Amino acid sequence: MAIGIVERTAKDIVHTAQDYTLFGYRAVMNLFRPPRYWTDFLMQANIIGVGSTTIVLLSGFFTGGVLALQSEATLAQFGATAVTGRFVSLTMIRELGPVLTGIMVAGRNASSMASELGSMVVTEQIDAMRALGVDPMRKLVTPRLFACISMLFFLTILADAFGIFGGGFVTVFMNHQNGTQYFSQAWEHLRYPDIIQGLVKPLVSGFIIASVGCFYGMRTSGGTEGVGRSTIDAVVFSSVIIIFADFLLTQVMLTLMPPL
Amino acid sequence: MTATRASAPPGPQDSPIAAAPVVALRHVSISFDGPPVLEDIGFAVAPAETRILLGPAGVGKSVLLKLINGLLRPDQGSIQLFGVEISTKSEEQLFPLRNRTGMVFQEGALFDSLTVRDNVAYQLVQERVPDEEIDRRVHQALTFVELDNTFAFYPASLSGGMKRRVAIARALIHQPELILYDSPTGGLDPITSTTIIELVMKQRDVYRTPSILVTHRLQDAFTLCTHRFDPELGRMAALPKGETDPNTTFLMLEEGRLIFDGSIHELVHTDNKFVREFLE
Repeated sequence: MAIGIVERTAKDIVHTAQDYTLFGYRAVMNLFRPPRYWTDFLMQANIIGVGSTTIVLLSGFFTGGVLALQSEATLAQFGATAVTGRFVSLTMIRELGPVLTGIMVAGRNASSMASELGSMVVTEQIDAMRALGVDPMRKLVTPRLFACISMLFFLTILADAFGIFGGGFVTVFMNHQNGTQYFSQAWEHLRYPDIIQGLVKPLVSGFIIASVGCFYGMRTSGGTEGVGRSTIDAVVFSSVIIIFADFLLTQVMLTLMPPL
Repeated sequence: MTATRASAPPGPQDSPIAAAPVVALRHVSISFDGPPVLEDIGFAVAPAETRILLGPAGVGKSVLLKLINGLLRPDQGSIQLFGVEISTKSEEQLFPLRNRTGMVFQEGALFDSLTVRDNVAYQLVQERVPDEEIDRRVHQALTFVELDNTFAFYPASLSGGMKRRVAIARALIHQPELILYDSPTGGLDPITSTTIIELVMKQRDVYRTPSILVTHRLQDAFTLCTHRFDPELGRMAALPKGETDPNTTFLMLEEGRLIFDGSIHELVHTDNKFVREFLE
């Protein structure tokens, strides 16, 4: 009995992983063959990119501010408050900018993709689309995937910038330190490997958010309750996978481009 | 006699109506993580023939329509659509065949983010037909279902019956060679149901398009059999007493099996216990 349950669960996990891999592969490969739905890509880029800008800017700004606040006390013990700018900028660009932006966008857009596509599945709109000769993978999934990847890249840059500004704001107006010193430290110690690391991660996170959101949406079953379940699964799994992928990428990047 | 037809499904080559069937199923079975939903199904649809698929709810009628349109793949058996075996075709290979069919879904399945115009014109928009041509054809299709005034509306502002009629317009705009109606009158009041059945009849009698109509409402099925669309009156009219439409025939499913395949005369005189109970 217990072995049966374990076996069934293991099979479900392997089956889901296989389906997800094939789903992601098809979504990517669709970009290289017509028809391509550029209008849908632009609409999704607007929804994901423009729509997420406010939350990304605010979360970036306050994260940078918190970093400056928290680091001030510790750095002061070593007489190193002058390196606050370096600390905030490196942390934002290498780690917190990409991860926090990914999680914020996952919360907003993986959920919306899963619920929108899930609703279309349970109301037979996806079947209707197929019956009308249109491939839902090409029309719905591929534009979302590439819109999410490209927009997350730019959103991360914005989050990094606003995080550094947030840190600068706290440093100058709350910690009463020198602003020029903060920004020169933030700028001068940046290296290309830091920037590359910070810009590769959102590409992977963007893929995870859209592919997981669309995957759970497209395999929705069980009516409106099923839509709710898919939405929760999409947010939870995309957030966890983003953090896991961040861990792996950081390890790989540090191996390929070791810090000085 | 009817039970014999159902238990030994005729292949396309040995059926009396199979000179060039639009649809032909042989020994089709499908299951979803459990017992078979459909088992050993076989029948054919001839050109200009309307087949009414009867059966209680949950017996696999909608699944059967989706199999015929390639939206589901059978576990066993052969499905030929326009003479092409579709059970082994990939999704991409099926799109040209689906473009030749029209399908009306149970609840309409209209795209709720698009206007009625864009819903009805969905296929034409994908084919990049010029806007003027699209508008003309959408008006024509909406006029056919008597809903031309809903051109700019969104589905949310339409009643259940209006949604079904828009779905019929969407299925017909491409002048399909086969129409699949999935319970087009399910959940509607009798007056609206009659309007929908009149549209189905109009398509059958004016354009002679072969179709499969899924329903569990006997009155709809019998109305289709005993009436014809009169183009001069612009509405349906009863056939003379004792006459029925020869091209409208019946199929009946029970627990995933085809238990009846025949005419209305055979249906009302069958000795199959389940059919008799269903009719009563």
